[in-house]
Amino acid sequence: MRAAMRDDLPFPRTEVGKETEAYNFAYLDEQTKRMIRRAILKAIAIPGYQVPFASREMPMPYGWGTGGVQVTAAVLGPDDVLKVIDQGSDDTTNAVSIRRFFAKTAGVATTTKTREATLIQTRHRIPEEPLRDGQILVYQVPIPEPLRFLEPRETETRKLHALADYGLMHVKLYEDIARHGHIATTYAYPVEVAGRYVMDPSPTPKFDNPKMDMCAALQLFGAGREKRIYAVPPHTRVRSLDFEDHPFRIQTFKQPCALCGAEGGYLDEVVLDDRGGRMFVCSDTDFCEERRAAGHRGAMAADGDAAGETR
Amino acid sequence: MSIALAPGFTEPVFDAQRVFRAVMDATARPATVQPLATDLAPPAPLTPELAAVALALADHEAPLWLDAALAAVPAVAAYLRFHTGARIVEAPDEAAFALVAEPDAMPPLGAFAVGTDEYPDRSTTVVMAVRRLAAGQGLACEGPGILGRADIAIAPLPGDFLVQRAANRALFPRGVDCVFVAPGSVAALPRTTQILPEG
Ligand SMILES: [Zn+2]
Repeated sequence: MRAAMRDDLPFPRTEVGKETEAYNFAYLDEQTKRMIRRAILKAIAIPGYQVPFASREMPMPYGWGTGGVQVTAAVLGPDDVLKVIDQGSDDTTNAVSIRRFFAKTAGVATTTKTREATLIQTRHRIPEEPLRDGQILVYQVPIPEPLRFLEPRETETRKLHALADYGLMHVKLYEDIARHGHIATTYAYPVEVAGRYVMDPSPTPKFDNPKMDMCAALQLFGAGREKRIYAVPPHTRVRSLDFEDHPFRIQTFKQPCALCGAEGGYLDEVVLDDRGGRMFVCSDTDFCEERRAAGHRGAMAADGDAAGETR
Repeated sequence: MSIALAPGFTEPVFDAQRVFRAVMDATARPATVQPLATDLAPPAPLTPELAAVALALADHEAPLWLDAALAAVPAVAAYLRFHTGARIVEAPDEAAFALVAEPDAMPPLGAFAVGTDEYPDRSTTVVMAVRRLAAGQGLACEGPGILGRADIAIAPLPGDFLVQRAANRALFPRGVDCVFVAPGSVAALPRTTQILPEG
């Protein structure tokens, strides 16, 4: 899955020297930033509505979250502290590359600590630690239209949003129930924002949906290939679609994290050997490390650092 | 006649980012007052804060509309055109941003673009210069971005502002968004914000 790893992306090197540096601050030109900023303001004013914007080419492939990167580039200032996570981890090639990109092009401070960050760009997870007022969470979104798989025509989905006609979505979820006995959607589980627009929360596990509801941070979503920006303001209702007889439920894990012993977090399966050995550990690496630093130990934690070791 | 143009942002990249961020914070947290420092010295009656918002967000893709007080002074339009490259439009509903120096004399909110049901983002943001912005008193507000309730005092406002806002709210998701600037600060009441009846 991560076969396309590269240590260094062809990021443009900015000349040192104030003027040049300022011109390229956060890579994007000023005209593009203004256009994205206007779209962000509209997105905040119309929660869950997908604002079209003229997405720009970024010096990285689309799969690397160019929508999120453009939103971050338009928002970021020199005093921000940036954290980038990919599936909960600060250490994947994708997360490291994006963090390095902004450290290089904007000179901003970076961190892996959720608490210290003013802006967190994420792919596929929401940190376990509750976000606070003043923080901004930027999601990388591949497919922003929650109705796309049900109705391929953009003119039609736009009409459905205009009419707040989400019957198709409810039919789809109900078919799930008829077929599986429960709603089988576990990722990109559709939500209703502020009682109006139905929105794709990006391919986060539905486990994270409740964290979006009444979140104290501002949530911004950028889809580069599909050219859409949308938002959820702080303290805004985000309701996962469900039915009275089939209420929304999140995944639960049978055991605690094998490394830090945390219960109630989202866990990833880690294969330990080729004889079927495996363990479940926190997907949020910062959360897990903080707990271990505080002395918490899970069943598989050896003294010292046992994280990810195979034999 | 030659007009000596007042300068724009000292540090265009960073000043624009800072002003945008203040407007974004204000929009994301309606009825809060955010700091907005600027050293712009535009021709009166364009206030430094009105100018800052225009320079940060307007350009050839985002036209400006000027209220009667601003339109009466040619140096204002010259300043804005030079520093933003934006067209100055006559019709309020053609503007991306409306700049208002005298809120108590401005056209009704309904005169501006409210977008369409399919593209509610194609609307005007009305930026009003006011004398006073104070959180914790005045209008009681609810809606996205507000935990519970937030109060904000804004003066001056059009006499029937509450009625206009209620009508604007009823158009949702269409509608105009209101931004207010006072010396050193900015606040916003986006279309989602509901102003509770007094008493
Ligand atoms: Zn853990």
